[in-house]
Amino acid sequence: MKKLMLGNEAVARGAYEAGCTVASAYPGTPSTEITEAIAKQYDEIYSEWAPNEKVAMEVAIGASFGGARAICAMKHVGLNVAADPLFTVSYTGVNGGLVIMVADDPGMHSSQNEQDSRNYARASKVPMLEPSDSQECKEYVKKAFSISEQFDTPVIVRLSTRVAHSQSVVELNDKEDYKIKDYIKDAGKYVMMPAMARKRHVVVEKRMADLREYSDSSELNRVKMDSDDIGVITSGIAYQYVKEAMPNASVLKLGMVYPIPEKLIADFASKVKTLYVVEELEPFFEEQILKMGIKVIGKEKLPVIGELSSQIIAERLLGKAIIDASKQSVPVRPPVMCPGCPHRGMFYVLKKLKLNVSGDIGCYTLGALAPNESIDTCVCMGASIGVAHGMEKARGTEFGKKTVAILGDSTFIHSGITGLIDIVYNKGNSTVIILDNSITGMTGHQQNPTTGFTIKGEPTKQVDLELLCKAVGIDRVTVVDPFDIKEFEKVVKTETQIDEPSVIISQRPCALLKNVKYEGVQKINQDKCKRCRMCMKMGCPAIVDKGEHLEIDPALCVGCMLCTKVCGFGAIEKAGE
Amino acid sequence: MEKLNILIVGVGGQGTLLSSRILGNVALKLNFDVKVSEVHGMSQRGGSVVTYVKFGKKVYSPIIEKGEADVILAFEKLEALRCIDCLGKDGKMIINEQQIDPMPVIIGKAKYPENIIETLKENNKIYSLDALKIARECGNIKAVNIVLIGVLAKLTGINKDIFVEAIREVVPAKFLEVNLKAFEEGYNYHN
Ligand code: SF4
Ligand code: SF4
Repeated sequence: MKKLMLGNEAVARGAYEAGCTVASAYPGTPSTEITEAIAKQYDEIYSEWAPNEKVAMEVAIGASFGGARAICAMKHVGLNVAADPLFTVSYTGVNGGLVIMVADDPGMHSSQNEQDSRNYARASKVPMLEPSDSQECKEYVKKAFSISEQFDTPVIVRLSTRVAHSQSVVELNDKEDYKIKDYIKDAGKYVMMPAMARKRHVVVEKRMADLREYSDSSELNRVKMDSDDIGVITSGIAYQYVKEAMPNASVLKLGMVYPIPEKLIADFASKVKTLYVVEELEPFFEEQILKMGIKVIGKEKLPVIGELSSQIIAERLLGKAIIDASKQSVPVRPPVMCPGCPHRGMFYVLKKLKLNVSGDIGCYTLGALAPNESIDTCVCMGASIGVAHGMEKARGTEFGKKTVAILGDSTFIHSGITGLIDIVYNKGNSTVIILDNSITGMTGHQQNPTTGFTIKGEPTKQVDLELLCKAVGIDRVTVVDPFDIKEFEKVVKTETQIDEPSVIISQRPCALLKNVKYEGVQKINQDKCKRCRMCMKMGCPAIVDKGEHLEIDPALCVGCMLCTKVCGFGAIEKAGE
Repeated sequence: MEKLNILIVGVGGQGTLLSSRILGNVALKLNFDVKVSEVHGMSQRGGSVVTYVKFGKKVYSPIIEKGEADVILAFEKLEALRCIDCLGKDGKMIINEQQIDPMPVIIGKAKYPENIIETLKENNKIYSLDALKIARECGNIKAVNIVLIGVLAKLTGINKDIFVEAIREVVPAKFLEVNLKAFEEGYNYHN
């Protein structure tokens, strides 16, 4: 049967067909739908949201040691979090097949940096495959499981946004009858203390040599000879762009991107006059091929920044001019927090109090943009707390009293909690605001340990944030509704002035949750409105300036009533039918 | 028809992703190779959203680049203006006349361009309509996307039943009636 599937859904399907039975992940765009699809469609696979990517990988490692085929999924920055277990599971190897999915985000559609995860494969000495459409996503995941078992190694499968988030046609197959392997105690293999690890490193080097040979003969790496003039070495989504821009070129498509097939490359190079390497982001293939003494053209013509496209390839390599229609200046449309967003009241207060705000990763990062302009820093998941603490230690208590850290509930569990412990332990005074919106918002509504539900929507124990903060040694924990602006302001003022660390839990559910019911669309009574524009300071996209007067767009307003609280003239009221 | 490149642009929250899913299904029913590509930005609402739907005998790149779109489905006027470069020389553009001010306009740092539709009409084949109003009259303002798909269905000349079938498969049962009505309205809007 043929089906249109997202690359991510096809990965899930591949795991299912391979007889995988354990999946763990932390959501991260563009990798999130892999585990969501597993949870929704394949009951044969146990699935879970882990608190962070390191835990997700450890769970998958445990499942593999236990004899099952296991998968974990994350985005590129998530692999940084999970890098610690990655480097060591490379030494232990596996029992059941272990597949690590990583989704890179060239162009940074939704990320804080643009890293090339292929470097992790080389650094950790783990083979890496890279599919270029949904059909390959499914096939390569299955292949990755068998390579994992054949070579006793974890295998990384790399996606990029355009593969993960494109739908293309997939041919479905039946599930393989995979029998869970026996669990065998083997400390020499699975306990990585120095004496054992030294021996395992030798095994890893031998494995690399075997994998190099495998790469040369694997059908994952395909040559299609066409012209003798131009040859292109490429992989992943870049392959699709090459096929579109240079339909007559000979192509060596690498499905195994680490280790690369050196003999195959040398042979291919000898058959064409000009050899190009077309790869997104880093010159990963290019440097290795140059080291082999083969002349290639790559990054001298192609960018190391951002996504490629067939037009960039045609322009840079073939010298074709891109059609350049005269572009008038069109106002940009940056993303904004949704109408009714619980964070809006909080940002209003922080801006009013002119605080230094150490921010974090989540929807609320948008608070850095106009009109809120309330976030000063944002580094990585969980960094807000450590950064605020560091600022206070550098600039002293008075500066600390003008500083708060803000981060979401899911982010706090992911890696904020350790920062909070650091503040308590090292006698900091920071005020931390946890934005508890009862869901993981930015990636599209995933459950997390603070919501009380599992990935399948089953009720489970819920982390009590208040008790948790108290347990690590924060004595002052206040729960407050960010839409109760007066109270919120009072709490923030008090807590920032106090000479001890404190936590404010800003609690109000995400406006997009189904159970959130608001009052109904509001409108501005033009007779009462004094055009003072106080309401516009909230930055709600539903309130628009029509020049002469202000208006609420009924198609956008969700009726959260926040604007009514800042209007001093009672001019905002419920819109009649 | 050998291939069809459809670019869908709009504002997060307007239902562009559902439209691309429906169109992808239409392509599959026609036995085309097809790729649908979507990019989620930083938030659920408010930012520009661009989705590509490409059918053909064999589709490689999932992206539609400058001058490559056969049809552009614009859910909002400003977004229509932003992507006009992508329209091919015989391409057609369907525009929902709705205006949604982006934040730089709301806070007074930019101006919403005037007479967008008139300007676009000068050099392009434009089909415009107030899809929000039509959707409201059908009983659900969220059906804007289906109204626009109705217009598109007529323009492509693809058998109408194939669209109806694809909508049935993608839209949840309780919204189906409203959506089929919205489709019909869109289909009959431009003669
Ligand atoms: S705050 Fe009230 S009076 Fe002031 S502009 Fe807004 S609606 Fe009008
Ligand atoms: S216009 Fe007012 S009531 Fe409506 S969503 Fe915006 S802030 Fe809430």
